[in-house]
Amino acid sequence: MTAQIQYADVEVGTELPAQTFPVTRATLVQYAGASGDFNPIHWNEKFAKEVGLPDVIAHGMFTMAEAVRVITDWVGDPGAIVEYGCRFTRPVVVPNDDQGATIEVSGKVAAKLDDNTVRVDLTAMSAGQKVLGMSRAVVRLA
Amino acid sequence: MALDQSFVGRSYPPTDPYEVGREKIREFAEAVGDTNPAYTDPEAAKALGYADVIAPPTFVFAITFKAAGQVVQDPQLGLDYGRVVHGDQRFAHRRPVRAGDRLTVTSTIETIKSLAGNDVLEIRGDVHDEAGEHVVTAWTKLVARAADENTAEGEA
Repeated sequence: MTAQIQYADVEVGTELPAQTFPVTRATLVQYAGASGDFNPIHWNEKFAKEVGLPDVIAHGMFTMAEAVRVITDWVGDPGAIVEYGCRFTRPVVVPNDDQGATIEVSGKVAAKLDDNTVRVDLTAMSAGQKVLGMSRAVVRLA
Repeated sequence: MALDQSFVGRSYPPTDPYEVGREKIREFAEAVGDTNPAYTDPEAAKALGYADVIAPPTFVFAITFKAAGQVVQDPQLGLDYGRVVHGDQRFAHRRPVRAGDRLTVTSTIETIKSLAGNDVLEIRGDVHDEAGEHVVTAWTKLVARAADENTAEGEA
């Protein structure tokens, strides 16, 4: 691997390859186990509806983990992520069927910074709506 | 009820070390469907200059959020956890977390705000390795929704 991206080769506006990530109820159960976040809103439909949600929703941290893959797959080295942040603006609603939901993520270089770093702004959509706000990362390039 | 501003700046004792295991990293990477070999293959990680497999950028949240429990459950602070949603999240990495790390977290209340009746609490978790070197800092913003079911969306 080590598909290194050269700092000199990117410009403000450079687009990263977009990706679509599927998420089903099974995905959420697996993520709950791996992350230790067993909040029932992520697996129990009855509970989720009782607290006013339309249905079971994905963990915000799951969506955040998927979104950054657009960057880590682009640079190759996941350790190149210097900063990463986002706001959880809307839930990813995951119905109990074979399809589940999808999270569509795109990214583009928003600024070239010091020290061979760039800022990448990400857009994450599900069911036609933005699910993350201010989703951005600082990434060190070669 | 608004949270007491005098808690801003309060730090909690460092947690006991959390030892990062290769298989825990693998489990996390599989759960997010990420096949980057740096997470599972020590040789691939070495080729990138790391001593062992590294963890995905958000992996450390499980550790810092557990540590933040000291704040969230502090009876003196009195946060109504049943009304809490995760508002936003930020990480600043000095280096990636890797297998074999023994990490301690020191949690500090960075800000307390009241917005439209919602309590907004930002907790900073400073993560250090066994040598005392800084590895990553995580900022977690929690929003305790007002009792009248105001939505936390769009909080600034």
